[in-house]
Amino acid sequence: MTGGGVSTRKTRETLVNRMGGRLALAAAAGAAAELAGLGLIGSAAWLITRAAEQPPLAALSVAIVGVRAFATTKGVFRYGERLSGHEVALRAQATTRERLYQALIPAGPLNHRGADLLSRMVDDTDAVQDLLVRCLLPATAALVTGVAAVVVGLFLLPVAALVLLAGLLVAGVLVPAGAAGAARRWSARIAPARADLAARVADLVHGSADLAAYGANDRALAAAAEADARLAALERRQARANAVASGLGMFTQGLTVAAIVWVAQNAGTGSVAIAVLALTSLVAFEPVLPMAAAAERLTGVLAALRRLREVRATPPAVTEPATPASVPEGPPTVEIEHLVVRHSADRAPALNGVSLTLTPGRRVALVGPSGAGKSTLLSALMRLVEPESGTIRVSGVDITELAADDTRRVMTGLTQDPYVFQASVKDNLRLAGPEATGEELAEAVRRARLERWVERTGWDAVLGEDGRTVSGGQLQRLALARALLNDPPVLLLDEPAEALDETAADALMADLLDATHGHTTLLVTHRLRGLEQVDEIVVLENGSVVQRGTHEELVGSPGYYRDLWRSEALTAGR
Amino acid sequence: MHKDLVRLARSERAVRRHLALCLAAAVLAGLLILIQAELLAGVLSGRFATPALILLALVVGVRALFTLVQGIAAGHATTGVKSVLRHRLLSRLQEVGPTRPASQRSGELVTLTGRGLDALDPYLSGYLPAIAVAGVVPIAVLVRLFTADLASAVIVLVTLPLIPIFGALVGMHTKAVTERQWRALSRLGGHFLDVVRGLPTLRAFGRARFQAEVIRQVSDAHRSATMRTLRVAFLSSLVLELAASLSLALVAVPVGLRLLSGSLDLSTALLVLLLAPEAYLPLRNMGNKFHAAMEGVAAADEAFAVLDGRASPSLRDATSGANAGGTRGTDGAGANVSTAGVPGVSTGTGTTGVPNTSVAGAPDTAGVPDTGAAGAPDRGRDAGAAPEIRLENVTVRYPDREETALDDVSLVIAPGERVALVGESGAGKSTLLHLLLGFVAPASGRVLIDGVELTDHLSWRDRLAFVPQRPHLFAASVADNIRLGAPDATIEEVRAAAKAAHADEFVTTLPEGYDTVLGERGANLSAGQRQRVALARAFCRPAARLLLLDEPTARLDGRSEGAVMTATRDLAEGRTAVIVAHRPAMIDLADRVIRIADGRVVSDQPAGPRAGRAAYSGRDLTGVSTRKTEEAS
Repeated sequence: MTGGGVSTRKTRETLVNRMGGRLALAAAAGAAAELAGLGLIGSAAWLITRAAEQPPLAALSVAIVGVRAFATTKGVFRYGERLSGHEVALRAQATTRERLYQALIPAGPLNHRGADLLSRMVDDTDAVQDLLVRCLLPATAALVTGVAAVVVGLFLLPVAALVLLAGLLVAGVLVPAGAAGAARRWSARIAPARADLAARVADLVHGSADLAAYGANDRALAAAAEADARLAALERRQARANAVASGLGMFTQGLTVAAIVWVAQNAGTGSVAIAVLALTSLVAFEPVLPMAAAAERLTGVLAALRRLREVRATPPAVTEPATPASVPEGPPTVEIEHLVVRHSADRAPALNGVSLTLTPGRRVALVGPSGAGKSTLLSALMRLVEPESGTIRVSGVDITELAADDTRRVMTGLTQDPYVFQASVKDNLRLAGPEATGEELAEAVRRARLERWVERTGWDAVLGEDGRTVSGGQLQRLALARALLNDPPVLLLDEPAEALDETAADALMADLLDATHGHTTLLVTHRLRGLEQVDEIVVLENGSVVQRGTHEELVGSPGYYRDLWRSEALTAGR
Repeated sequence: MHKDLVRLARSERAVRRHLALCLAAAVLAGLLILIQAELLAGVLSGRFATPALILLALVVGVRALFTLVQGIAAGHATTGVKSVLRHRLLSRLQEVGPTRPASQRSGELVTLTGRGLDALDPYLSGYLPAIAVAGVVPIAVLVRLFTADLASAVIVLVTLPLIPIFGALVGMHTKAVTERQWRALSRLGGHFLDVVRGLPTLRAFGRARFQAEVIRQVSDAHRSATMRTLRVAFLSSLVLELAASLSLALVAVPVGLRLLSGSLDLSTALLVLLLAPEAYLPLRNMGNKFHAAMEGVAAADEAFAVLDGRASPSLRDATSGANAGGTRGTDGAGANVSTAGVPGVSTGTGTTGVPNTSVAGAPDTAGVPDTGAAGAPDRGRDAGAAPEIRLENVTVRYPDREETALDDVSLVIAPGERVALVGESGAGKSTLLHLLLGFVAPASGRVLIDGVELTDHLSWRDRLAFVPQRPHLFAASVADNIRLGAPDATIEEVRAAAKAAHADEFVTTLPEGYDTVLGERGANLSAGQRQRVALARAFCRPAARLLLLDEPTARLDGRSEGAVMTATRDLAEGRTAVIVAHRPAMIDLADRVIRIADGRVVSDQPAGPRAGRAAYSGRDLTGVSTRKTEEAS
């Protein structure tokens, strides 16, 4: 564990060094391209104004060679810059994603990982690309060009160089700073307006049936139009701020050149030097002017990077032991003692002193109303949440002394909100059993009552967002097949029959209770049918065990279980 | 240029004006370069005196002003186009109605209408002005060069077309590859997002660390593939850059030599030097903005595909049907019969509000009909009788499906009757509800409400309350969510409705009670709680005389189911109710059970004694329906 950490740090360092080299190369190529442009216009201006003085041809030959050389190399340098810049950017993005992923691997706090947040996080990793290609590299090139132009000016006429410096500072520093300030200010207001519009649009799309049925379409449309108008007004003001920035930049450029010519003519400088000064100054602004847009983009990039840093800095939900104990051999006994879990300090504990023992081969069912803490208990067993107090021991070893991954090798299964990857049916199953044979796959599929669907869809059909859509019931059964394929020593099943219709759910539960016979299992369910087969039923309510016993015992005594059993019997017509 | 987009920009006056202003300002700013070059060349060559610099500064100032105007107008034009498109898309979705074909994924529509349209910004505010400038400025520069120096003008004229020609050649060669690469790029983003989203699952099976390696491999492979393409793709910009700078050399060196021989004056020479690059610049600008612009084109294509119904041909048909239904007449049934007698109207008995506060679903109460069955809280305006609904040989077809959803269905639902629709999923139960809601129009046959053909869906819907299988909670307060169908309801009425729906008990525990904001980014409610909010919506419409419920207890656990069931029974009191049901207890609420299979009514019989009078009746009924299922399969 620790050895791995050191080696990744090392590779990261060499990676950064190599990236630094590539980045320097790209920056050098970009600066060279701009300098070639500066040289091209400077030598051309010199060539023409000097030629007008009609010197011998030999006096011009250096300038002629210069013009041709600069003209040829400029394009080549630019090509090099673009290639190396993009390569660096792609590498940087890959590294950022990798680091983000590494940071996400340990389970995080629960509310941190909504679907929206996740996609924004992934978008944020693109910001690194922009940071390099659209901010850092152009800024370097602009800086080098500006300095070069000022140095040339210093040789020709120091006063003019000062004027140029002033102009470049205005266009390259002041205006971009203003643009960045405006962008920060506007984006702080635009972001919530955008989110508001998105929420209205989502309401109109997802809630169209409710809206139509209650004749509320027009109201919802009007609300969306209002949100859109608010956003549009803000966007227009942002566009105006940007337009002011580019107008100012352009004005600074022209004014600086005019001022330089004026200063130089007043100083009595020769016409060759004035022309070179004027034209190099004009061109020196070319890489500087885009800095306003770059600065505007930079504020977005920095915000994205800050968000990513925050994600990376979020402490994992559970602390890994410095030197993890090894997993005890043999069929594990799981003992839960006085377990208290609290999701946040200001809320009542989700689990409040729960004790439970799972001896090998024993099957325990966990029932209770939603919010009773059933899924939290499974999360605690899987080392996804840190208990406030109490212990969970696997064959006598406290699971806080085990690596979280090792704990999950002992206890895992069907979790809440299973996920279908954009991959084939086979690969979606295989992730739970990479070494599984075709027969084992088929067996898991059969036991999860998924074989008809797999036959119809095909083992290699791609599922997920771009592929075939998977219904809730199929998803649930796919997840169950994964759990069965994984076959952990202690099988955890969170609502295996959820999202199935009545008959399918009954059949699945019957199968499942058959299949797990003699297998250590903790089953969370809200369906009581078939539970007479399990060894113990634990009723959770408000985070505490309120009843426990066998089906017969619980049905015989008043309480939640008997109430639920009767109501189920009634609704099921038994 | 994007045809549909241009047509849209033309048809909207404000957008047209702003776009025209933006393009004109861009072109004028471009043309001012000529004057600027003229003045600078004049001053540098000594042809103009130093005070001409003031004029130069002035010209630069005007150019900056034009740039400013261009930017502001572009902001107006882009926001205008986006607003129009957004509005049209959303209106379009409302026209199509809730029975959207599955081919249109809701999530994609939301993204397209929201952030997706922002991709139009670079197209409208960057690419279009660049095209306009590229179409005018190079020609103007050429004309000026011809009048100044023929030899240089010819060089520029000959080399200028090289840019588009080489650009096109390289582009043609790389287009397919580049496009594939862009797609791969977005797929890579998709892959990463996919893995991140599925991380809990990977973690559960100890595959999380392994995937880090996969991510690295995928991005490595992707990077080398991308770089291979870029090496070729960037050739086009190399060609552009070379053509521009080499032409400058081609112009500058002969000009210098001719100056040497005295056959050209300095002023003209400087003008040529200043102007020649300006002929190439607009074309390069256009090329640089091309890629960002293409994303905008893709977004526009998507938007117009939805608008034209090209995304799924079914859309158009469904809408035209619904539209025809909606516009045929406004003298609908609603107005005609609203003053008819009031047989089964529940005027809210003494127990209005909460029948019992204990969690319903306790078996002793779940089955027994509440003696104090509370109807809707009386708001004093529930006039109107429960309607009689008559279907005459109704056939419904979804355009994207071959088989008929409902096939020649005829039935009569008497006022105040409670009908349970049962059958396998896909049999046509929900279609029947959607037909009554006016979400779908019959392909043939008629729907009669109190003897009048149902045409005016809007006023008809005023008379009904609908509880869908998965109600949507809007990004608004709980109270506003409940008063969805009765925007004028007071908070007391909302509260009473919530109590009747057994929702009050959990709403009051929410952090801000009835003001708690729900929806995606708001408070999370469980399935049972959502269902009860939806029932409260129905209760909040006491004037509704027809109740349509689509498997309201499908996803609920025992206790939630009990509460929803009790509330449903109260709600159905004094109303015509059509309930799609699959749980026996729900079926037991009905007076009559209609079984549907393959779009046809296969059995229609009165239910036994009211549900729950004796729990045994439930068993009998279930026995019947199970047998039916077996026969059907």
